[in-house]
Amino acid sequence: MSEHTLEARRLLCPMPVIRTQDKIKTLEKGDKLTVICTDPGALNDIPAWCRINGHKVLETKEAEDEVIVVIEVGNGA
Amino acid sequence: MSRQRKAISLISGGLDSMLATKAIMEQGVHVEGINFFTGFCVEGHTHAIRKKDKEKPKRNNALWVAEQLGIKLHIVDVIEPYKDVLLNPKHGYGANMNPCLDCKCFMVGQALQWIKENDFDFIITGEVVGQRPKSQRAETMPIVQEESGAGDLLVRPLCAKKLPPTLPEREGWIDREKMFEFSGRTRKPQMALAEQYNFKDYATPAGGCCFLTDETYSRKLVDMWQARSDREYDLDDIMLLKVGRHIRPRPNFKMIVGREEGENKYLEGYKKQFTYLRSTSHTGPLVLIDGKVNDDDLELAARLTARFGRGKTADEVTIEATFTDGSVKELQVEPLPPSQLKEEWYV
Ligand code: SF4
Repeated sequence: MSEHTLEARRLLCPMPVIRTQDKIKTLEKGDKLTVICTDPGALNDIPAWCRINGHKVLETKEAEDEVIVVIEVGNGA
Repeated sequence: MSRQRKAISLISGGLDSMLATKAIMEQGVHVEGINFFTGFCVEGHTHAIRKKDKEKPKRNNALWVAEQLGIKLHIVDVIEPYKDVLLNPKHGYGANMNPCLDCKCFMVGQALQWIKENDFDFIITGEVVGQRPKSQRAETMPIVQEESGAGDLLVRPLCAKKLPPTLPEREGWIDREKMFEFSGRTRKPQMALAEQYNFKDYATPAGGCCFLTDETYSRKLVDMWQARSDREYDLDDIMLLKVGRHIRPRPNFKMIVGREEGENKYLEGYKKQFTYLRSTSHTGPLVLIDGKVNDDDLELAARLTARFGRGKTADEVTIEATFTDGSVKELQVEPLPPSQLKEEWYV
């Protein structure tokens, strides 16, 4: 089990989702991925993508101009 | 026991592909969705940019559809390979810069490659014969099959009964009788089927699934190509065409003027790549300059920038121009009077 960060600032949806998807392909079940974005749309889209693809959203945070989504990789990897 | 067959469905986010997918899922086939991001897709982004749209619920329709159907969705970045489709469409463009027929062939071709790599059996689209005057006609149906290379692995459940049987039908993986014979531009059969499947709140995109069907957007794209004498583009270029007012006062440069706070903020991300102007004496927009400007051009750009800010009626406005090398020039200008702002400058 390992922890990873994905920098997706300045990307507009659906690019943060695509990057998340492509990153998760390289990870193992149980790994943690923190995605940092600036497009607030990611707050809806990344969790939606996780729900349908079998990954768990551990946390979503909205800081000043930033959106952070923490994911635990599920079976779909 | 025969193995469960697997299909990939092209999910645009609209109703037709949603219905087509459901029709095949109902036949016991394992279906997953695929969505291609060309850079021009309508989904999401501009809403995220404009502050006033922030209150509206945002959703990516393709993801939403997949969730309603309970299927996986693979989103594929095709920005690079799509360039050739847009720049050299064999079958030409639709009403605007939309190369729909070539685009369909391309996407089905990509899906074909995907099913080969992932050991799936066939491809589904929500196409309907006669739905779109140019790209979805009886004559174009076989073109998509042929040019994509998918041949009879391509199933269009909504109009399957109007088309020759495909391999999945002949092999008995799916039952032709449980598919449909929709045709033409009417949406009634789709609405009825949506009702039957209990689909609610689905998206009804007006023109098409991408910005290339939009007249204003297409005009900006062509203007950019003409001004550069080169049709090469990158994702930033095509994103910027969706943001701000675009004004070309002279052939050699264009101004991108933020219309509100959200857009100004988005444009700030491009400060390193462009010369930009902003008023320091009054509140006003951030303005990017696309193109090479001389002193006289810069003066005009500064007067225009003043025109769009709070100081538009002031005698004098201070505008700061920052160049890509980081150097700064301050200009004291009189805002351009409305009578001198020409309608034809608006791209
Ligand atoms: S509207 Fe855009 S995405 Fe849809 S088929 Fe036409 S060119 Fe392709």
